[in-house]
This record gives sequence, structure tokens and C-alpha cells, in this order.
Amino acid sequence: MNALTVGEKRTLERKDLAHLLSALRSAGYRVVGPTIRDGAIVYGEIGREEDLPIGWTDRQDAGTYRLERRTDSAVFGFNVGPHSWKKYLFPSRERLWTAHKTGTSFEIAPEPREEVAFAFLGMRACELAGLDVSDRVFDGKVHDPGYHARRTRLLRIAVQCGQAGGTCFCVSMGTGPAVRRGFDLALTEILSPARHYFLVEVGTEAGAAVLVDVPLGPAEGPDTEAANEIVARTAASMGRTLNVDGIHDLLLSNPEHPRWEIVARRCLSCTNCTMVCPTCFCHTTEEVPDLGGDRVERWRRWDSCFNLEFTSLHGSSVRKSGLSRYRQWLTHKLAGWYDQFDTSGCIGCGRCITWCPVGIDITEEVAAIRTVPSKPGAKP
Amino acid sequence: MASERMAAPAEAVPDPFLPLPYEVVSRTAETPDTVTLVLRPRPGTPPLEFSAGQFNMLYRFPLGEVAISISGDRTHPRELVHTIRSAGKITASLTQATPGETIGVRGPFGTGWPIDRATQGDLLIVAGGLGLPPLRPALYEILAHRDRFDRIEVIYGARSPKDLVYYDELQTWRSRPGVRFQVTVDAAGRDWYGDVGLVTARLPDTRVDAARTTAFLCGPEIMMRLTAQALDRMGVPDRAIWLSMERNMKCAVGLCGHCQYGPSFVCRDGPIFSYRDVKARMMLREV
Amino acid sequence: MSGHVRSDPPLRVADHPFFQGADPAFVERVGHHATEATWEAGEFLFHEGDPARSFYLLFLGKVALELGAPDRPKLTIQTVGPRDVLGWSWLVPPYRWRFDARAVKATRALVLDAEVLREAFEARPEDGYWFLLRLVPVIGERLEMARLQILDIYGV
Repeated sequence: MNALTVGEKRTLERKDLAHLLSALRSAGYRVVGPTIRDGAIVYGEIGREEDLPIGWTDRQDAGTYRLERRTDSAVFGFNVGPHSWKKYLFPSRERLWTAHKTGTSFEIAPEPREEVAFAFLGMRACELAGLDVSDRVFDGKVHDPGYHARRTRLLRIAVQCGQAGGTCFCVSMGTGPAVRRGFDLALTEILSPARHYFLVEVGTEAGAAVLVDVPLGPAEGPDTEAANEIVARTAASMGRTLNVDGIHDLLLSNPEHPRWEIVARRCLSCTNCTMVCPTCFCHTTEEVPDLGGDRVERWRRWDSCFNLEFTSLHGSSVRKSGLSRYRQWLTHKLAGWYDQFDTSGCIGCGRCITWCPVGIDITEEVAAIRTVPSKPGAKP
Repeated sequence: MASERMAAPAEAVPDPFLPLPYEVVSRTAETPDTVTLVLRPRPGTPPLEFSAGQFNMLYRFPLGEVAISISGDRTHPRELVHTIRSAGKITASLTQATPGETIGVRGPFGTGWPIDRATQGDLLIVAGGLGLPPLRPALYEILAHRDRFDRIEVIYGARSPKDLVYYDELQTWRSRPGVRFQVTVDAAGRDWYGDVGLVTARLPDTRVDAARTTAFLCGPEIMMRLTAQALDRMGVPDRAIWLSMERNMKCAVGLCGHCQYGPSFVCRDGPIFSYRDVKARMMLREV
Repeated sequence: MSGHVRSDPPLRVADHPFFQGADPAFVERVGHHATEATWEAGEFLFHEGDPARSFYLLFLGKVALELGAPDRPKLTIQTVGPRDVLGWSWLVPPYRWRFDARAVKATRALVLDAEVLREAFEARPEDGYWFLLRLVPVIGERLEMARLQILDIYGV
């Protein structure tokens, strides 16, 4: 069978999904995707299709997340969980190099680059946008060697969202829900009493190559229409909005808005939002010596701008108050990112809202900052 | 087949995190807590070309890395000079480094002093404390091309006479024609014949033409803020005032996020900023 | 006062930056009683505890303001020079200097008589007000400096 060309569409029956998984594996990919662990849908190894959260969904709101049984057996009938794909491309802990003592000197051995090729199965539109943001951070002006190696080999299998999550706001961020670009393969799950199948769109030659031995059917007009309708319905049912009009100047010109004080009273500086955020990239380094002191490993691990030591300088911290740290996070995410990477740092996935233990809602905070601060003595 | 794609290795990119080995050639005590190290690249390590004002990450085995400005002459790239104050675990150990030992170096990083922009008029350099070392490469460059500038004035402030770095060189600079060099300290004994007071107290005494002056400031943030404000009042254009900011540094290449200062990475967009760009930020707390 | 009058062109109150923009009548009145003085390096303008009888307009040189305790060497906490003024202990009781003032190098100044100044202020409070408006920023600057010295900004 000849490889499909970019832009072509086919159908894949639900019963043949396993063929796609085995095609990925035989092509040498390590398939990772959504799976249930500890009461949440996280990303992990997908050895067989039963590892996927078939028939499950997630109910999300500010500060709450709950798994529920679906009334159908949809394979991708949920949204995003506490994990993001960054944990594979930018691991939470990664060794950068190792130094060995040699007499009175030392030598540094670079970290061997792993040859793993990931296939991310089930990337949502917002997550593709997040990948684009991460590429600008780690593979733009400067190349992070580990990220670059893993990213170069990555296969992106996108899935259209069949429903809006409780904290999603991708429509207003312009990042979803429709998967339009930046994928190797895109799947839309179409589920009717009569037929359960996927519309498959080829995004790249690498995507087409995987499909060579996968049983596919033709995609007709009604299949595409059904897929479009699903995405349109998702977009229409999205409950949250973040107004991004002039947001860069809005935030940078309001560092003393009274709202920061109000949100700071709730914020616990727990770092959850930065850990679950697909684009938060802050990290620190630490030296891990062996017991003899002859060998030291330089590791990096995720850090957060909510940590007090994050800005330590001359034995103190620049951002001591919770207020300044929340302000830094939000202002950076929605404004500073444009200066640094020519994009917003927010993709509208809603993870920071769901996983905030006190339910701080980024969309609500921005809306509050938009309201003119009430000055003492001013008429209401 | 996808396997063909994977067989092609990922295009190798330079590793920005790998320190290169340098040998300590000399160690000079500047003050009780500050030393100047001269480093030389180990065989196989290329000389480090830099711009005045840039910094390196210095790695001390087995403790870790710190950001230190380059304080030598850029026309001698085989002699890498760093002046280091013992302030934490790593810097304390670096100040104890002895000739023959190896120091890891990553760099150079960041922006340099915009020396070329200063050639259209007078130049005023204001350094406070350990703010002089990052300005010394600029001084070397400026003095080597003295004819390109009109008036040149330098004000250097320190805590006390014994906290002055480059003491012998200060005498040379002070006696050099064509440069007015004022040194002021916060407090002194009777053996000090120089000025006592803030660097800002020396400003009314300068003879630069404010509207045609470029100013380079380096020192504690509060000192730079007060000096920039005073220069502003004197009529030095804010776009012609440049200052070197300091924040926590880890990666030095704009990846780790620690050094963010408003929408800027100090390691990549700085450390040298125009006062016009950071004026508003400097007035805010905890940015 | 150990200074002596020199043969250089006489110093004029109106030429000192402190009195820029002052009412000429006021300048004339206080200038009439002004004397010119010089000190060699190492000579004292005054000592802590001495009666404060003068306001100094410095034109040349450098003066160190020193503090000390019996058990430690004198510490210079500030130097002042040309264009600066020195001393305001004469303005308010008990009219005694709070520190030593020592010439670090040859210094030349106009010395205004404190009694003349105080009388002038009593006679025309608007002159006193003008004078204070000039003096308070100088005091403010020195206060700011003292605060920054306490912060020990170079100490890290």
C-alpha cells in the first residue's frame, strides 16, 4: 500500500485502533498517551488499547477533578488531566552532565542523548499549541540539547475534543478546540449507535508512514461533516472566556492593581499551577555528589516562580510576598511571554484552574484586572 | 517508513550547559573578601571572546556554578579575568582557588556596554562596590580609544578605603590625563584623603555636558536607581543612561526563568539595560 | 579660627550656589558681615562641642566631617567641598557643633556670622523661610546618605 499524502483523510474503525498502536510500535515509537492512575487521567505508557481510559470521562471545575463513567465507550471522551506532554520532552528531573575528579582537576562528561522516539497519542488542540510554545522556549533562540533530541523524533497524534472540559477556555485563546496544524496525524472520534470510528487526517509524511499497514477506509463527505460538527459543538459549549484584547499592555501597566492583593490572600504559593501548566518551563539545577566526592552529577529539575528561593539574591529573595509571585506568574504567562517568545504563554487548557487547591481562576483574575481600580474617595 | 526517519540522528546542537576547563593562572587579593582570578583556557578550549559588560558562569568542582562578570581586557582573550567576592558557598570556594587548579567556564553571556553609542559626546561612568569589575573592560576599551570621546569622568564608590578593588590601577587611572576619576567611600579614617559620601554627591561636581552624556552605571540596585534619578534631573537623557542589573542566574541562556525582570531575562536581554526601558520597573517593589 | 585672609580676589556670598536666586538685599545684609577664611590640610574648622557661631560657604578644598568616641579612631562620615555649605547647628539651640570639621586639603570659605543670620531671619522671616527652603534639601541629602550608610549597600 502506498503512503498517503499530507492533507488526505481516511477512516479507521474503532476495532482497528489496535492496529494503529502496533504500527506505531513496530515503527519504533514509544507510545505514550492518556491512562488512568490514582483517580485521574494522566499520561503514561500505552502498551495496549485497554490502557486508554475507554468509557471514562473527567468532570472538572475550579479546584475540583473527578473521574466518571461515561454512558458510552468513547476512547477519548475526556479532556486534559494533571499531566502534560512536557514531562516527556522536558522531564521533571534530568541529568545534564557528570563531572569526575581527575587528580587535582576534573573532567566533565556530557550526557549521552537517548535515542527514544515518542509517539504522543491523544494530543489536544491546546496541547499542540502548547508544544509550539515549548518549541519557542527550548528549541528557538537557544536549543536545549535534550529537548531538541526528543522533539526531533516526536510523532504527534492529535485527537479532536468531543466535549469542552469544565475549565477549558481555548476558544478565547485561539488555540482550539479544532486541531488545525502542527500534528502528524489527527483523529476525530465519531460515535453513533451504528458505528464507532475515527476520521484520520494526515498532517505530515511521518504520519503517513505510520499508516501504511493500518487498515483504513475511505473518508466521505458525511464523515468530515460529522467531525466538523463535533468540534463546533465543543466550541459552542465552552464555559470560560479569557479576554485577550490588549492583554500585554493591560497587565504590564497594572502592577499595582488592588486585585493582586485580593488574589494573593487566597494563593497558597503551592506551585500546582506551574507544575500542571504545559508551558511553564522554569527549572533549577542542583549538584548531586557521590559519597566519595569524586563524582558529581549536574541535575536540573522543575522549579516554580512561586517558590521563595526562586529569586534568591545575596541571601534574600527579590519576590518575597505571595502577591509579587502571583503577579509575576500571571503577568509573565499572559504578557511577558510575548516579549520573550512572541506568543502568549497560555493555551487555555484550564489545568491551573482545575488543580488550584483554592480554585483561583486565571480567567476571573484577568477580568478583575480589566475593571478600573477603585481609588479611595472616587465615586462608584 | 518512520524507522528511516528515526535512523537519521537528531541534528546535533551545541550544548549550552557544558562548562569548559580553564586553569587558574593567578590569584590576587583585592580586599579582605574579594580576589581577582586570571584564567587561561586548558589545551583544546578556545579563547573566550567577549564584549565589555558580559558575564560567565564559573563552575567550581564539586559545588556548582555562579554568574560572574568578566573584568579583564577583551583585547587579551587568552587571559580571562574575574573579580569575585566571597558571598556564598561557591564564591567563597572560588576566592580560595590557587594557580594550577581548574575552573569550569560557560560564556560569555548577556549584553555589553554600548560603548559605540557613547562616542558622540561625554561619558560618565558610575560604579559602586563590586560594580567596578563589570565596568573595567569598558574602561580599558574606552581608554584605548580615548580620542573617540569628549569628556570622560568616572565616579567609584565603595564602603571604605579597604574595600576598593584594583587599588594600584586606581592610582594609574587617577593620574591619567583626559580622564577625571573620583573615588568616594561611605566612611573612612584619617588616612583617607579622598571623598566620603554617596556617589550621587559627586555628580554636581562633574563637568559633563548632560544633554550629550552617556552614562554607564553598575553597582547595588538602589545606588543605580538613585544615580539614574539624579542624572535624569541633571538632564542626561534616560535612553543614554545604561545600567547593569543583577538577578538570580542558573542557566544564563534564557531557559530556566530565574533571572526574569519584568518581561526581560537579565541573562539574555541584559544584564545591561537602558534606563528608559527599566525606569518604571525600578520604581516597583519585588519585580 | 586659624585661617587668614588671602590676597586672592575676594569671595562673594552672591557667587556661592547656595545663594543663587536670593533676595539681593538679604545677600547684602549677611554678606556685609561675612569674613573670608582659609585652612591648611589637617587644620580644624571646628570641633564637636564647640559653640556653633558660623555658617560656612565653601569655595575651595575639602572638609571632612568626623565622628568619634574616646575608644576608637575618628571616622569620617562625609566630605564636603566647593559649592557645598557646612553647618546648621548655629540655627537652633544649644548652638553647639555635633561633629568635628577638619580640612583634608587647603580650604577656602566664606564664614557667615550666625548671630547676624539669626537676627536677619527674626527681622524678615521671609528671608528665614527662603533660607530654610535652601537648607532643608541639603539636610535631606545628608539624611539619605546616612540611611544608605546604615543599609551598607556595598556590603551585600
